Amino acid sequence: MSRHTLSVLVENKPGVLARAASLFSRRGFNIDSLAVGPTERSELSRMTIVVNVEDQPLEQVTKQLNKLVNVIKIVELEPGSAVQRELMLVKVKADAATRGQVLETVQLFRAKVVDVASDAVTIEVTGNAEKLDAFLAVLEPFGVRELVQSGMVAMGRGGRSITDRTLRPVAHSA
Amino acid sequence: MTEEMTGAQSLIRSLEAVGVETVFGIPGGAVLPAYDPLMDSTQIRHILVRHEQGAGHAASGYATATGKVGVCMATSGPGATNLVTPLADAHMDSVPMVAVTGQVPSGAIGSDAFQEADIRGISMPITKHSYLVTDPAEIPTTVAEAFHIAATGRPGPVLVDVAKDAMQAMTTFSWPRELALPGYRPVTKPHGKQIREAARLILAAERPVLYVGGGVLRARASQELRVLAEMTGIPVVTTLMARGAFPDSHPQHLGMPGMHGSVTAVSSLQRSDLIISLGARFDDRVTGKLSTFAPGAKVIHADIDPAEISKNRLADVPIVGDCRETIAELVVVLQREYDAGRRGDYTAWVKQTEAWRKRFPLGYDAPDDGSLSPQFVIERLGQTVGPDGIYVAGVGQHQMWAAQFIDYENPGTWINSGGLGTMGYAVPAAMGAKVARPDATVWAIDGDGCFQMTNQELATCALEGIPIKVAVINNSSLGMVRQWQTLFYNERYSNTDLHSARIPNFAKLAEAMGCVGLQCDKQDDVDAIIKQAMEIEDRPVVVDFLVHRDAMVWPMVPAGTSNDDIQIARGMAPDFEQDDL
Repeated sequence: MSRHTLSVLVENKPGVLARAASLFSRRGFNIDSLAVGPTERSELSRMTIVVNVEDQPLEQVTKQLNKLVNVIKIVELEPGSAVQRELMLVKVKADAATRGQVLETVQLFRAKVVDVASDAVTIEVTGNAEKLDAFLAVLEPFGVRELVQSGMVAMGRGGRSITDRTLRPVAHSA
Repeated sequence: MTEEMTGAQSLIRSLEAVGVETVFGIPGGAVLPAYDPLMDSTQIRHILVRHEQGAGHAASGYATATGKVGVCMATSGPGATNLVTPLADAHMDSVPMVAVTGQVPSGAIGSDAFQEADIRGISMPITKHSYLVTDPAEIPTTVAEAFHIAATGRPGPVLVDVAKDAMQAMTTFSWPRELALPGYRPVTKPHGKQIREAARLILAAERPVLYVGGGVLRARASQELRVLAEMTGIPVVTTLMARGAFPDSHPQHLGMPGMHGSVTAVSSLQRSDLIISLGARFDDRVTGKLSTFAPGAKVIHADIDPAEISKNRLADVPIVGDCRETIAELVVVLQREYDAGRRGDYTAWVKQTEAWRKRFPLGYDAPDDGSLSPQFVIERLGQTVGPDGIYVAGVGQHQMWAAQFIDYENPGTWINSGGLGTMGYAVPAAMGAKVARPDATVWAIDGDGCFQMTNQELATCALEGIPIKVAVINNSSLGMVRQWQTLFYNERYSNTDLHSARIPNFAKLAEAMGCVGLQCDKQDDVDAIIKQAMEIEDRPVVVDFLVHRDAMVWPMVPAGTSNDDIQIARGMAPDFEQDDL
């Protein structure tokens, strides 16, 4: 098994997320992470789907995904040639005794404190999965009280855009 | 062209604009607004069925007999959920179909309103696409898109769910000139390089087989197929979905492959060195145990759906494109090779397949107690009605016998539920086929189990003047299930005895629904009763053939085993001589 990151450009229409997500489960694949949001064009949304599968079934699920009428384009993003980011919010115990150490860790990882209480701080951190794992490992001893994480978003490096040349009308046969 | 009208009028107007002539359906609360303007349409004939499942299968039979998009209509909730089976069926068999359903008013969606069901959500995995329309302005574009998607590429069912308030509101009807479907661009033209590569394999092969699937029928490529087959001399097998794509009488036709295929068709694929798959999908019922399927064969896989290629069996030469264009291109490229003096030599292979065909013809043993043989009935039916008739089957033993013992010569003359295996398909699908082709003789060949699932549509047929003929192959059992119990469950017949020789009386049931009901239990009467049925043209006819219940479908490749283990009768393998292998 290997991790694959699929960038899926879809029409911004109701039901698209349900179609894509159910297709994965129906064909027996687990999604590791999923992120959906708007793009630079209001009529398009973009999904970043991370799956753990062999190459052959990945090709099959990609083809099936491509068959969905609202799916416009699928690109597999290789880690080497793409920027990949996740966002994590984590609430860590921090009293007078430990606050200093926690803040030092925040600085080391170029993270950000977004909320402070007398016994805890909430930290925002972005990065790839490895960085977030490393950050968590350092924070763990202080006591993690709550954690929430976004799916991964990713974008190919270089000047080209995934949305180039995708929207032409078709003459209809009916 | 813009006009003020209600959403419901816009809906009917849109259906007219795409050329709809027939709709099978049942009205109900949420779809009532659409039924009002439908009453005024002079173009659209609405056929009021007795159950929405019947409407769906009728639309499917209509589409399969003609290639046109079949249309069915139902109300929200149970009306829509009753369409689930026909939608799934059409999805599996790539039947172009549009289902229009009423939905509760948009403000009530999600509130568990009376007769509310999320049919768009429910139908997502079993349709090619599905829509929910809440804005009346979107009705024309949605209808145009739905028909375009249903009919093009790999055909399939599309659902259009319209909220009741969208039908009641006033709107402007405006028929779209163009469709914005940026994510839907089926590839129809095959890649030239792949075609040349395919031609190269065909020239180099020694034991090639043309493996023909339903895609050839959907693409209307029978003529092209015949040209390709005859110019190359390559033997042909036609799958259950492709019966009629290539004439059964043709000397190159080896029959149907698969679980109940002919020994020759199964073994030819098994021993071939090149499989040329045209619009087929290497279904488990064809390949048997996949890892042992045709171990020595390279594969050319041509299909309009890229997701079918290499799904089950890795393709050496993948060709994405419309079957008709693909075959036509292949013919051109091969002809060029032939003109240059290069052609394949399959003489020894063809001789071999002919020898198998002589040695292993399809056949059956007559029951020794003098009771009626189901295969005999079906065989005689085919011989009497001939190749111009349309044969529509349900699912089970009778379906397999009808695929085996009737000779199909023309496309669109064999209609059945292949992929989903939907019992009860025959009567409503035959109704749809007869509406589509009123001049053809349409015979439903049904089992007594299937018949009891959907026979209420005979009332529709009788009232609407749709004189189909039904041959019930009545063995008083769920015959195919019983066959498996005989073979694999120590003859423990758990819940397969339907007692249908006793209850119901099918002839009386038919009479009660305005049809002619006949019964036959003797071999000597079969011809006369078929003739009698053929002479009735003003009403549907049902013939209850009371047949031997222990007859089994042979040959058989038991599920999950290798095609090499094909049996021609219980515990009996075909006897290939040493030199055949």
